[in-house]
Amino acid sequence: MADEVKMPVEGSHIMMFARSLLDDNPIYSDADYAAKSETGSIIAPPTFGRAVSQFDPDYHLRPRNGEKWFGSGKNPTGLDEPAPSTGGLHAEQHYEYHRHLKPGDQLTMTSKPGNTWEKQSKRAGLLKFTETIFEFHDQNGELVLTMRGVGVKTEKPVEQD
Amino acid sequence: MALNMSDLKPGDEHSEVVIDNLSRTQLVMYSGASGDYNPLHTDDVYTKEVAGYPGVFAHGMLTMGLTGKMLTNYVGDGRLTKFGVRFTNQVWPGDTLTSTATVTDLRVEDGQALVDLEVKTTNQEGSTVVSGYATAKIDS
Repeated sequence: MADEVKMPVEGSHIMMFARSLLDDNPIYSDADYAAKSETGSIIAPPTFGRAVSQFDPDYHLRPRNGEKWFGSGKNPTGLDEPAPSTGGLHAEQHYEYHRHLKPGDQLTMTSKPGNTWEKQSKRAGLLKFTETIFEFHDQNGELVLTMRGVGVKTEKPVEQD
Repeated sequence: MALNMSDLKPGDEHSEVVIDNLSRTQLVMYSGASGDYNPLHTDDVYTKEVAGYPGVFAHGMLTMGLTGKMLTNYVGDGRLTKFGVRFTNQVWPGDTLTSTATVTDLRVEDGQALVDLEVKTTNQEGSTVVSGYATAKIDS
């Protein structure tokens, strides 16, 4: 993730995000309903902040022009040998809401590294954890959302029971 | 409808089935909406042959989002102040997930009544896939 990403919050994106969670709550799509509700407008679902990756020009988990993609095409991976490892998994995610996001917000996300640690696991070998802290400020410079993510790189794929 | 402090006590529970028979299509929808196009979640060929898993599996953030749907249904819209989880097991197509919030504390901070919740999502076998916490504003 880039250190700073501009994220416009739009109603259609909120609607699609809520649909992807099969969340039919009209607060995410019906402006008339939302205007009469306690929030006064459409708001974003609680985990919407992670969609900031849509707006990161360098996001590594989106195919981009001129770069080889590691997913399958003609072959199981688009990268040259050696094939990549299992890559990272998501270990933890934390949100602190200073206010809820709404359409029209022009957010600036800044990220900074947090802690790193290691742990031995029976099912996936040595685990390497990396924490990142993301702060979202709105168009008025107010901190509206703090997000903290922890990723883990496993030594081998997680064994299944 | 917001919760009221006088109606709540520690140990109270709210539970919902948040996804029934998770489809691969839902994983595609979440990839498109969130921008997380990691092939582990949509590309069975890559996931089996390169990553070494039985097949595609859900984004952790999809499971967190489904868990959040239960929370907002319970505490009301725009009421959450904190929500955090650890991902403890992978979620697979075909899984049916149940999310539960349990009241752990009721308190007042700077004149605002708050409820603290323990949050858990389990699959059809009873394994916990997400465990965490949330805090929400309530009426008093």
